[in-house]
Amino acid sequence: MPVPASQVPSGPLASKWDKHRFEMKLVNPANKRKFSVIVVGSGLAGSSAAASLAELGYHVDCFCYQDSPRRAHSIAAQGGINAAKNYQNDGDSVYRLFYDTIKGGDFRAREANVHRLAEVSGGIIDQCVAQGVPFAREYGGLLANRSFGGAQVSRTFYARGQTGQQLLLGAYSALSRQIGLGTVRMHTRSEMLDLVVVNGVAKGIVTRDLVTGKIESWSADAVVLGTGGYSNLYFLSTNAVGCNVTATYRAYKRGALFANPCYVQIHPTCIPVTGEHQSKLTLMSESLRNDGRIWVPKHPGDKRSPDAIPEDERDYYLERMYPSYGNLAPRDISSRAAKKVCDEGRGVGEFGRGVYLDFADATQLLGEQTIRDRYGNLFHMYEKITGENPYRVPMRIYPAVHYTMGGLWVDYNLMSNIPGLFVIGEANFSDHGANRLGASALMQGLADGYFILPYTIGHYLASSKPQRASVYDAEFKRVEGEVNERIKRLLSTRGKRTVVSFHRELGKMMWDGCGMGRNAAGLKKALESIGPLREQFWKDAIIPGDDEELNVALERAGRVADFFEFAEVLCHDALERDESCGSHFREEHQLPDGEAKRDDEKFCHVACWEFTGDGNKPTRHIEPLEFESIQLAVRSYK
Amino acid sequence: MNLTLKIWRQKNREDKGGFVSYKANDVSTDMSFLEMLDIVNEGIIERGEEPIAFDHDCREGICGMCSLVINGVPHGPDRGTTVCQLHMRRFRDGDSITIEPWRSRAFPVLRDLIVERGAFDRIIQVGGYVSINTGGAADGNALPIAKKEADLAMDAAACIGCGACVAACKNASAMLFVAAKVSQFAHLPQGQPERELRVLKMVEQMDKEGFGSCTNTFECEAVCPKEISVRVIAEMNRDYRMAIWKARCGSAPNVGVGGD
Repeated sequence: MPVPASQVPSGPLASKWDKHRFEMKLVNPANKRKFSVIVVGSGLAGSSAAASLAELGYHVDCFCYQDSPRRAHSIAAQGGINAAKNYQNDGDSVYRLFYDTIKGGDFRAREANVHRLAEVSGGIIDQCVAQGVPFAREYGGLLANRSFGGAQVSRTFYARGQTGQQLLLGAYSALSRQIGLGTVRMHTRSEMLDLVVVNGVAKGIVTRDLVTGKIESWSADAVVLGTGGYSNLYFLSTNAVGCNVTATYRAYKRGALFANPCYVQIHPTCIPVTGEHQSKLTLMSESLRNDGRIWVPKHPGDKRSPDAIPEDERDYYLERMYPSYGNLAPRDISSRAAKKVCDEGRGVGEFGRGVYLDFADATQLLGEQTIRDRYGNLFHMYEKITGENPYRVPMRIYPAVHYTMGGLWVDYNLMSNIPGLFVIGEANFSDHGANRLGASALMQGLADGYFILPYTIGHYLASSKPQRASVYDAEFKRVEGEVNERIKRLLSTRGKRTVVSFHRELGKMMWDGCGMGRNAAGLKKALESIGPLREQFWKDAIIPGDDEELNVALERAGRVADFFEFAEVLCHDALERDESCGSHFREEHQLPDGEAKRDDEKFCHVACWEFTGDGNKPTRHIEPLEFESIQLAVRSYK
Repeated sequence: MNLTLKIWRQKNREDKGGFVSYKANDVSTDMSFLEMLDIVNEGIIERGEEPIAFDHDCREGICGMCSLVINGVPHGPDRGTTVCQLHMRRFRDGDSITIEPWRSRAFPVLRDLIVERGAFDRIIQVGGYVSINTGGAADGNALPIAKKEADLAMDAAACIGCGACVAACKNASAMLFVAAKVSQFAHLPQGQPERELRVLKMVEQMDKEGFGSCTNTFECEAVCPKEISVRVIAEMNRDYRMAIWKARCGSAPNVGVGGD
């Protein structure tokens, strides 16, 4: 099965989206009522899509595993959202946002998609303001901006350190309005456990009601997945504990291509690990790097307290290595630099895996009150977790898994290779290449949901005129049967080890073998070890309780079981991509100064993995990346 | 440190439920409260019993999912903190800790420490929004908003919808939650066209859901993890009175205005 055409329109880059919007077919208002759409996930992408589709007149069923759509993990995004408004008069433009994003992704994203993202970015801010999102403002009443990594302009809009929360609550309010109007049926505490494909077309999903355990089928004319990323494969990540790969992985097993799974973002500023008991890691927003300076002692093994280390014995390594971007170097580069100085024995904190993020200079310059206004809630959060006061002592931070650029393959219309299956937000692969810049995830989630999917889904419905399947059809019954079978199998493994202990071991295996630095030997070792551990999981896991009740152990087990299978796909991808690019750093391929060395001859493409049966190695297909507008270059932030 | 936990166990909505004691040994002071419960659950599962069910997700104090009453206080002893951000260094070796779910008629217990908070969503669904569709919004800077007003709106908008305010209130009143949303929009120009309609509808739905009345004891503010001020309740009361008065004079929409 080759990769379908990307559907990127012809013509000059800047007019492709305009042209495409005109060429797409429309569904007239009276006919929209006849179509129904399933949206899985209620984060920024899912909520905004569900609300916008319902406003247009479609019938929407929206599903989330939490108790309310407002809880999706988009809510935890702290720093901000990018938009090419050029309100600061500092030289920003649509083209510059496009270029920064392509370059930040190390030239591994589809040009036309990224340009479209930059084009619609301004409209997102307008939409959110109109919804009553309380963005930060200047005294004159206009919107405030700050800077983020990988950019030399200030284009990030924010609402204190809770931008994701405020944007999600905006989308949630739009969604709630539609629920109140009866155009969206909301299904909370419902987890999608499988996709139903009839004659090669996505026709519905199978869910489990997490309160009653009831397995149910839902049929629609199109299915949209906005189910987020797979960072929790690594056990410790900044994602919510419930985030999982199940929806996208199940779609993969039903034939959807999984693109670039090895692109995993490791965020440089998280609170370091303190011990085995830890259930997740907490991010400290990248916006802190606007005012904080990152440093470690110059000499390995320097155990003095930070205030006792004089200025000339400190190494502000990001400022030294990347003078033009300094502390605002992109995430992948900053993370690797932190790892490097810690590997040299210069890390700080109990386990030596940490670097300082110091606000002393900024506090002196701006005053403590300004720092409190800008980052108060982040400082508060840090103090809660560590018991240290960051106004007095520098924060200690270390990289942690945060976001996944890889995801289900989609064309320019955000449709996967399975007709009728659309994928939006972090769940798709499309816009960030091999590394995402800060404040771009919120932008992409809302761009997909508010301004792209509502057009492209109409085109699909108008041109393919899908026939609705019945949930009583044989295929739905067959998939339901498989879902039930799998649950029964999980509950019948009466072993001795908890699911969480297996997950922790899998996560460590992935962090060691396929983390910040990767090499062929380590990846091969990981690939050899995952299978046996998975077999042990199915033999020796203990999952108490039964299926017809609220069973938290069973929920976790199903998600971990899918992580076990997906881990291999990710490692295969990392092994076969024999180059370094963005977040994917193969230690065999580095420039003399330790930067990522791309191989554009061999790897200027999207890797798309096809499921070929349990126990078989998936097949790798490629979509070549063609750059019409920009020149591939070595990414430099020096 | 070693602790004794008295935890509410309840099989399902219909079950009567009761406290069960558990030992938590070798608890590290660096653990969060929920990580301590994770460890207890690991032990329970290893014994083949069913783990304690509790709601949690982001574990960084923003999703609003976690919802435990610890020694009688929603979200536990620290001010401005959700349970997931409460750390064990706050407790002492040998402590006995009582853990219960939110208790309110409007929040039925689904299992153990998990409650159903759909009532909050339904209140938002009747009016907690600005009625605009996607597209067609004016430029974000077209309408300047004074920084002070934007800040006051943000203070109110910080609500995470956890329901601690209800759990802490002797009347199980949802006033702080509803007023936070009403106040956010009342401070913004975007919220003005529907200002009266919104407060009338949301208060009506709040009453329908079975939440109690406010008697100004302000326990809600004391436990709110986002430290939302009871100022918002005063603002909502003022808006509500104004809307009722206007409705009686015929200059505001007459929706569900039951009485004063």
